[in-house]
Amino acid sequence: MSESLSVNAPLTAADGEPLKLKLARERRNKQLKAVALIAPLAIFLLLTFVIPIATLLKRSVDNPEVVSYLPQTTKAIAGWDRRALPSEDVFRAMSQDLLVAKENKTIFEVAKRLNMDITGFRSLLQKTARKMPLELAAGESVRDRFIQIDERWGDPDHWHVIAKNAKSWTPFYLYSSLDLRETKAGTPELAPVEERAFLNIFGRTLWISLWVTVFCLLLGYPLAYWLANLPARKSNLLMILVLLPFWTSVLVRVASWIVLLQREGLINSALMNLGLIHEPLQLAFNRVGVYIAMVHILLPFVILPAYSVMKSIPQTYMRAAISLGDHPFAAFWKIYFPQTVAGVAAGALLVFIMCIGYYITPALLGSPEEQMVSYYVAFYTNVTINWGMAAALGSLLLIATMTLYAVYSKLVGANRLSLG
Amino acid sequence: MSEQQPASDVLVSFRGVQKSYDGESLIVKSLDLDIRRGEFLTMLGPSGSGKTTCLMMLAGFETPTHGEIRLGGQLLNNVPPHKRNIGMVFQNYALFPHMTVAENLAYPLTIRKMSKSDVAARVKKALDMVQLGNLANRYPGQMSGGQQQRVALARALVFEPQLVLMDEPLGALDKQLREHMQLEIKHIHDTLGITVVYVTHDQSEALTMSDRVAVFKDGIIQQIDAANVLYEKPVNSFVANFIGENNTLHGEVVAVEQGSAVVRLASGDTVRASAICVDRAGEPTSMSIRPERVRLNQFAESCENRLPARLAEFIYFGDHVRLRLDVAGQSGFMVKVPVGELDSRWQVGDTLNVGWMSQDIRALDSAVIAH
Repeated sequence: MSESLSVNAPLTAADGEPLKLKLARERRNKQLKAVALIAPLAIFLLLTFVIPIATLLKRSVDNPEVVSYLPQTTKAIAGWDRRALPSEDVFRAMSQDLLVAKENKTIFEVAKRLNMDITGFRSLLQKTARKMPLELAAGESVRDRFIQIDERWGDPDHWHVIAKNAKSWTPFYLYSSLDLRETKAGTPELAPVEERAFLNIFGRTLWISLWVTVFCLLLGYPLAYWLANLPARKSNLLMILVLLPFWTSVLVRVASWIVLLQREGLINSALMNLGLIHEPLQLAFNRVGVYIAMVHILLPFVILPAYSVMKSIPQTYMRAAISLGDHPFAAFWKIYFPQTVAGVAAGALLVFIMCIGYYITPALLGSPEEQMVSYYVAFYTNVTINWGMAAALGSLLLIATMTLYAVYSKLVGANRLSLG
Repeated sequence: MSEQQPASDVLVSFRGVQKSYDGESLIVKSLDLDIRRGEFLTMLGPSGSGKTTCLMMLAGFETPTHGEIRLGGQLLNNVPPHKRNIGMVFQNYALFPHMTVAENLAYPLTIRKMSKSDVAARVKKALDMVQLGNLANRYPGQMSGGQQQRVALARALVFEPQLVLMDEPLGALDKQLREHMQLEIKHIHDTLGITVVYVTHDQSEALTMSDRVAVFKDGIIQQIDAANVLYEKPVNSFVANFIGENNTLHGEVVAVEQGSAVVRLASGDTVRASAICVDRAGEPTSMSIRPERVRLNQFAESCENRLPARLAEFIYFGDHVRLRLDVAGQSGFMVKVPVGELDSRWQVGDTLNVGWMSQDIRALDSAVIAH
């Protein structure tokens, strides 16, 4: 023992193996075990979270149609000066591409894509494709023939659109989602007022979310305070009443709200029978209904974090403040409230983020005026099969959420974010 | 006590105060208590004895069900707690975690609308008093328990209240720090001349610090006296057992004459004791004697009371040894012997003679339940 300590040689285990190696191996084994334990979750997250989001983000700028189905035109139009009509080569390449596209039946894809930029492009392309192959007399210009088929081919704007889309990615969907459009110079500009839609929808989404959050805070904070200061037996019972709707399906709850709020619903008929109103109130299928149902559904997300934070604040803080001479209301505001901010803000953030992505409640309980961004994501995915737009709107929602979180963690500090 | 008008030096007076939470049982049964100006009064008692409730009624966080509480002659019953101008130190310190030490101390001063320079001067003075002048900008979470306790103390004193209440303020500290802080609080009390009402369940803390100690049990003050009187002259067996170490001998009163009682033990031996709670023959009694008043063998020869005892156990304490004895057939009788006086020939099972003066043993009530 004293020998091994006095000499500077590496320590060895009883079997002669250096102790350091042994330790390193043991540590590695432990790490491998830990990795093996989290591997299922990591793979699950990768497959269901990381990859779909990456695909979504890619899809929002993806622009494959022109490049894949009009390959020769794509190549030829690269050299165009973008002022006068393109050269004869471009027209010839176009006629060959259209012939191939017609035979492969891919013309529809390109036509649909180009029609997004200029209405009528679809019919123009299909009409021209039907005329393929062109039977040209010797020395006859393809360009003249195209213009003969449809004079729009003589308009450089249409060629601009093809040139613009002859890239495998495009900001088009993202621009459209923000009511922007690309000028010929390639810079974004705001679309004319009558064509704008999405800024309004985004604004409405944020506005509704803001108010739902405010209502949740106004209703949830006092309730959480009350629950936190009740004796445990009573507060547990009441907590179950908070959680019970929380455990019920959102669809069921929205349906129940429809029953309660509609024109001939429970509330209206009760108020009419009491003689308080003579006309039924419009409670469902408008903003009021959406607010009522969303606040009801999201309330627990404010109450629970607020409750858990309040539960951890001993009564003595308030007592101390009062014994020091402060009025109970002032003491509440100066001593109690600041300590609850982290939990309450966490709840509010949660509610706001969930609101931004809300779909089912406004869809069922709102008029078209209450539809939020998610509705249009669903609309583009299911109805018009325009995945580019759906992905772009989704990406913007994601960015909005992340920006919000960044602002929040800057203001409150993410490490103070406490969900209890 | 309850009949006389409050004297001029009485700061706080409780008159016939009762408190019940459920309407069925009284947590404070009947409290008449005068606290003098500049006094350090400790309310001592086991948990549930009503001492903390009394403190909370004084602070204003509980309202008496019946009775009057006066502070400096002014009736407190309808004064809300924030207008009472009473400093308070809590067991868990209750320092505001989102404020620095200086902000914590400035809190009561800014409420009183003092000028900024006055606030800064007072905060500095208070922090210097508890020797924490260099930690003004720390947050409570960055300080040790002892430091937090000092800040809490400084905060309760900084607005110069006429009365400071302390609710088991040292309960969360370790023994060494607690003893240190006891002295520090005592010194601050002496220096500032403030009135302190201190609640604790630790009897040694109460004896060390207080001018007077009120011993609570079942919502009633059992005895209120200076520490030495409480220890030497307990008025009932609860106080005798609660304060310090105590030996008990059970027996029956044979005769009572001129404040002295003759008590016969179950073994047939008789003991002469001071009659405190007994006044007639035939009463059962528990007699109380402090371990250091018991003398052994040759030291016991001059005593009026002498009994044989069997040595049951030695317990070594370093500076002294405790002997556990069976006296007259009653077990658990402790005697403290300095190491120098210990006879090395003694062994477990030996019979020794124990003795004491009759004024040192007190014949008290027999019941474990106080009357």
